[in-house]
Amino acid sequence: MSAVAPRAGDPAITPALVAEHGLNEEEYRRLVGMLGRTPTFTELGVISALWSEHCSYKHSRPLLKTLPTKAPYVLQGPGENAGVISIGDGLAVAFKIESHNHPSAVEPYQGAATGVGGILRDVFTMGARPIAMLNSLRFGSVDSARVRYLFSGVVKGIGDYGNCVGIPTVAGEIVFDDAYEGNPLVNAMCVGLMHESDLIRAKAEGIGNPVIAVGARTGRDGIHGASFASEDLSSASDAKRPRIQVGDPFTEKLLLEASLELIQSGHIVAIQDMGAAGLTSSSAEMAERGDVGVTIDVTRVPTREQGMTPYEILLSESQERMLVVARKGHESAVGDILAKWDLTAAVIGEVIEEQVYRVTEGATVVAEFPGTRLVTDCPSYSPEAREAPAVRKLRLTDPSAVPERPEEQDPLWTLEQLLSAPTIASKAWAYRQFDSTVRTSTVIGPGGDAAVLRIRGTDKAIAVKTDCNGRYVYLDPRVGGRIAVAEAARNVACTGARPMAITNCLNFGNPTRPEVFFQLKEAIAGIGEACRALGTPVTGGNVSLYNESPAGAVYPTPVIGMVGLIDSLSHVTRAGFRADGDTILLLGEMGGELGGSEYLATIHGAVLGAPPACDPGREKATIDVLLDGIRQGIVSSAHDCSDGGIAIALAECCIANPDAESGAAVDLSQWAHLRNRELLFGETQGRFVLSSSAPERIEAIARKARIACSRIGVVRLDSLTLDISLGDGLISAERAMMRRAYHESIPGIMSRTPQHAAAVEHTSASTL
Amino acid sequence: MKFGIVTFPGSNCDYDAYHAVTEVLGEQAVYLWHKDHDLRNVDVVVLPGGFSYGDYLRVGAIARFSPIMQEVAAHARSGAPVLGVCNGFQILCEAQLLPGALMRNAALQFISAAVCVRVENADTLFTSRYRQGELLKLPIAHGDGRYIAPPAVLDALEAEGRVIFRYADATGNSSADANPNGSERNIAGIVSEQGNVLGMMPHPERACSPLLGSDDGVRLLESILSRVAA
Repeated sequence: MSAVAPRAGDPAITPALVAEHGLNEEEYRRLVGMLGRTPTFTELGVISALWSEHCSYKHSRPLLKTLPTKAPYVLQGPGENAGVISIGDGLAVAFKIESHNHPSAVEPYQGAATGVGGILRDVFTMGARPIAMLNSLRFGSVDSARVRYLFSGVVKGIGDYGNCVGIPTVAGEIVFDDAYEGNPLVNAMCVGLMHESDLIRAKAEGIGNPVIAVGARTGRDGIHGASFASEDLSSASDAKRPRIQVGDPFTEKLLLEASLELIQSGHIVAIQDMGAAGLTSSSAEMAERGDVGVTIDVTRVPTREQGMTPYEILLSESQERMLVVARKGHESAVGDILAKWDLTAAVIGEVIEEQVYRVTEGATVVAEFPGTRLVTDCPSYSPEAREAPAVRKLRLTDPSAVPERPEEQDPLWTLEQLLSAPTIASKAWAYRQFDSTVRTSTVIGPGGDAAVLRIRGTDKAIAVKTDCNGRYVYLDPRVGGRIAVAEAARNVACTGARPMAITNCLNFGNPTRPEVFFQLKEAIAGIGEACRALGTPVTGGNVSLYNESPAGAVYPTPVIGMVGLIDSLSHVTRAGFRADGDTILLLGEMGGELGGSEYLATIHGAVLGAPPACDPGREKATIDVLLDGIRQGIVSSAHDCSDGGIAIALAECCIANPDAESGAAVDLSQWAHLRNRELLFGETQGRFVLSSSAPERIEAIARKARIACSRIGVVRLDSLTLDISLGDGLISAERAMMRRAYHESIPGIMSRTPQHAAAVEHTSASTL
Repeated sequence: MKFGIVTFPGSNCDYDAYHAVTEVLGEQAVYLWHKDHDLRNVDVVVLPGGFSYGDYLRVGAIARFSPIMQEVAAHARSGAPVLGVCNGFQILCEAQLLPGALMRNAALQFISAAVCVRVENADTLFTSRYRQGELLKLPIAHGDGRYIAPPAVLDALEAEGRVIFRYADATGNSSADANPNGSERNIAGIVSEQGNVLGMMPHPERACSPLLGSDDGVRLLESILSRVAA
């Protein structure tokens, strides 16, 4: 160990300074115990970042350990930059989801853009070429000008970054709900493709190997971004705008090409993104994984501006930077590859035998931690978990007690309201701003149940989707957690894919509040149950806590990013009705459950009742029936039945694809014991709407699996209406009405406020 | 036949063009590096889409100064085929190998969509395999695709049959509604005076497989093949 003395000009370590760095007294005592002395200012900064919730998972680690992570095809589970699964033929898929909620709440364009950049780097540092981007976005009510400003800024940020790098944005989900008013959620997922042999891990190895900083120079932007992401949003958050990084997708594109070339060159042993907590976390984590020491000289880090202190250099979150451990003697070869792409590489340190994490400023040691304890000694918490009585009360409220509105006499009125509800309506306004066809592999792009990407050189494809219904999780976190996984699985299955594995992004409130920790604990338990039943292990993900504004916590929103495998391109299946005269089938039960439904939220402004039951075993069996039918070539179309119930699912099968509309004649009168609203808009889980020319064969498969399967109608391609027979008569929804409601809703709302006017309102907003 | 696909820093459709030429057309393709002066004896030069130099300063404005562009210009002057798609079209305009300029889309948003394009002149190096007036389904994905030029230039382009693709609706009308980006006279693609340089915003290389929604772009590549081979 070396002597570490305070650096001239650094502030003295006081309780106030410690508190400012987000460390509680216990954590500070732990730090002093580890060092055996008072930390320097630089060391305090390092620990503040590494022990932040964002980097350390201190409230979630014990819970995450309960999730299933193994399957024969999982090549890399949690703990790396991204998870990796084999898809056969020597090929593998790397994928991960991450949040950029707090930056996007304050600066939507850059917040979302840098979120895309970060997750791209997580995937290509595994040796995979990114082939698709997905997102999962949540905002407050789109009626608010501030929300429209955030929504349009986030969409533009995602688009400008992904479009420029040249990775298609192919799927996602966008939800509008008051619960996200003060704290929007911006989650981005990246999927990459690689040869199994190119898999590389971020594990420092080889004593004497050089540590090299590559890519953009280090500036003063984003300092303490990780800590900012680990506290509640407040009226003071706007002042933390400088903590938000600025993205440069052009440099990212160069870095992507250079990194993949580096990995394939064999000159390097490890590579990691300098993401949250920048140089500090990348170097410390790489050393910890390799169980080696590392030394870094901050004076050798290329900086953007002069006079940066060690503290600033270590904690900067400047974008588009990588940390590489190269093979000794290969430094100039690494430099040559970077130079080809007009990027710089600088040796800034070394892998050392001594079990220490040491930072120097020239010859002076400014920070030093014993062994790998910097990472491993981080605290871990399991605070009290207790359900909020108010939520319990809501759950126990009977939805059938909600009186019908007079307009509901006509179910077509309700259908129109729901089709135009922003959460259900077409999101083409957003995804038309995303290049979804670059790289020429997108078989099904945005707007489908899941996106499908062909795998060149094979007859295979992968299906990908993000999903979560935060309202269900709020009302019953265990059931809601199960449903998030099940719905994602159903969505990829609709395209003909076998669900393979998930990544998750757990967006929750402040975990030190018992009701929030209860949600986290229960939701993770529910996710685990569903993943085990569906055979979809968790390969990694991200936890985003403290998603709270002065208005309270967001709905607990564990977003699931699912990857499925399609064995043959001939299995690719779409949602829309295709062939005149096909029989329409409902696979699954007609339960009529309205608890937590979109119907209650949109028509009655009510969030109550128990969310629909979810039996993961039954979900698996239902999915298997569907996949069996698809593989036999007897399923013309398949669509998941979720938000808005069977009426919305049927309407979407008719009009969601403007290039291939259809009508249909449907008879639901066999369920006349249900009230119309339960029948049409209930959200019973485990259901698909299929069309087929061989319904008897699908019924036979379902019978064998003991899954309900009912013939409910006939596809009428030329019909201008969707006709539905109910117990008490026939309703006839015109395609024109459904088309207008579904496709024109969001464009209409977004044209209400010019974007510059929304921006003006933003600058004058006093609080978030 | 040998196609040369130029990779500028920030090009991102080079890979798609490469696959369209090699896998779909079954011809030879090589990547040409922007810092080189060597066209490697290619017959056809493709300037692919993307964001060369990040589209910083102005779309295509920096790429035109790349070393390789001197050779591309010489290749064009010799009458050999040059195909510029999307960012490639923008670069060709900046390099003054084609007249006019591409401006920010009228709606001020990036647009990614499949659009309908009408073949205005089926008697060119790039369109002989299409029928006059045929409607093609091609993807667009751009933020700066609004083609503009002075009225006299537009009139000349029209008179000389050099407007070869125009945005149209499903019935073939080049209406304002069918114009995705506000281009003058719905122009989607033009050729040079000699007819050997094509610039177009829609992506033919992305329309090479029915699996991906359209294979209407294949015949553009086949047209080049038939004329140059003949």
